[in-house]
Amino acid sequence: MTHTFAVQLNSLLAALILLTAFALLAQRKILGLVHIFAWQGFFLALSTAVIGYASGEHHLYISSLLTLVMKVILLPYILYTLVRKLKVHRDIDAVVNIPTTMLLGIMLVVFSYHLTAPIRELSNLMTRSTLAVALATVMLGMLMMVTRRHAVTQILGFLAMENGLFFAATSATYGMPMVVELGVALDLLIAAFIFGIFFFHISTTFESLDVEQMAKLKETD
Amino acid sequence: MSLHPFGIELLQFVLLLGLAPAFAGWVKTLKCLAQGRTAPGILQPYRDIRRLFGKDIVLAENASWIFRFTPYLVFGVTAVAAGIIPLISVDLPLAATADVIALVMLFGIVRFFTALAGMDIGTAFGGMGSSREMMVASLAEPAMLMAVFTVSLASNSSSLTQMVAVMGHAEFVIRPSLAFALAAFIMVALAETGRIPVDNPATHLELTMVHEAMILEYSGRHLALIEWAGMMKLTLFFALGIAAFSPWGIASDGDIGALLLAFGSLLLKLAVGALVMVLIETGLAKMRLFRLPEYLGSAFLLATLGMIAFFILE
Repeated sequence: MTHTFAVQLNSLLAALILLTAFALLAQRKILGLVHIFAWQGFFLALSTAVIGYASGEHHLYISSLLTLVMKVILLPYILYTLVRKLKVHRDIDAVVNIPTTMLLGIMLVVFSYHLTAPIRELSNLMTRSTLAVALATVMLGMLMMVTRRHAVTQILGFLAMENGLFFAATSATYGMPMVVELGVALDLLIAAFIFGIFFFHISTTFESLDVEQMAKLKETD
Repeated sequence: MSLHPFGIELLQFVLLLGLAPAFAGWVKTLKCLAQGRTAPGILQPYRDIRRLFGKDIVLAENASWIFRFTPYLVFGVTAVAAGIIPLISVDLPLAATADVIALVMLFGIVRFFTALAGMDIGTAFGGMGSSREMMVASLAEPAMLMAVFTVSLASNSSSLTQMVAVMGHAEFVIRPSLAFALAAFIMVALAETGRIPVDNPATHLELTMVHEAMILEYSGRHLALIEWAGMMKLTLFFALGIAAFSPWGIASDGDIGALLLAFGSLLLKLAVGALVMVLIETGLAKMRLFRLPEYLGSAFLLATLGMIAFFILE
């Protein structure tokens, strides 16, 4: 595998990550969302490995493996079990309808392209052009958290944001130090457990996972 | 030995006119095989066209000139498009007169007049078909343009022959933008040619038909011309997809040997393309009409992502 081929492959994977970020915005079924999230993690792991190979930074292989275990197997598995146990299948209608969300998403991509343009000029890493995609993935995850009302969907948006940040770290500086990455991975795992407990509490208290319900906390009607 | 450019142009017209029914027959044959039915044979569309030409025209009393004029216009304009899209060679003198935007506009004219003719007689089906067709068109055309523009960006030209010439000689690189554009193009082409997720070409069921509803009142040679133009349109969309996304093997001048080679590779690509389309069509069910905006919206999104990916990643 030559160097230019690795760069092209990395661009392709970046494009696929962006595509999955949009697919997360478009998908309505919760299990479908979990599957797409797993795919996003898979592309991310693959891209990290490719960058690790092409740049000679071999600690990225460990990050890649960590991503594979955490974001493709463990987190989707936990979410899958949660969704099965809580018996939720469809998302509640979003605050903004889906085609509009897509258009907003495109605008966010263009915005993050402009935002990262100066960095692209300064950097001489081979991954400098994928930084815009990474930032866009963060923004799209945030858009998902803002526009969806279902608790599980919001968590998936949050996890997608984390994917974007991880991708930003690998494309801006060839990854964070190992300690930080291990810490983040552990935090995510703990967060997933806490989310699980929260989901159970929300669904037993309100008999629904619609977060709008939580706006009315008054005891009197 | 080499052909004059106008000879190539003429050859392309003849090729498209002759090949289109066979291609439609091939698609039908594959579809029958995929669904476990007995195929009528590749030559059936030729027999259908001959039969329709032999029949008399039944014309409604209140049909205006638009209704009578439309079949000829549809056939003529579709044939002109054959002069612009490079099928076997990029040395096309007519192609200099129209780029890819003009090509989309040509298909727009065809659609506009078919919709007018659908409403002209005043039957309920005609009007309904026209209204549906215009809805699909208004959503499909921007996506179509975006998908083709991505290829234009990659080849620095909006002229089809120039695009093919550049793309055909470019060395192989992975281009995410073109992959997105191809996915969007396939989705839009299914809508533009009235294939399954959008419209079912084999049905005359009142509730679902789109294109068939508009041409319900046509008979005799009018119907033959419209059907033939429909087959040519299907072939042209495949040819456009091949020209934009896999132009390898196309001849760069009028050399007879190169032309024969280009013809062979065109046949091969058409056969494979039809197989892909039949697999898509057999795997999917027709969508509800009100879900179409979402389908075409995602085609537009893919095309736009392709364009953005071109700027960001390449």
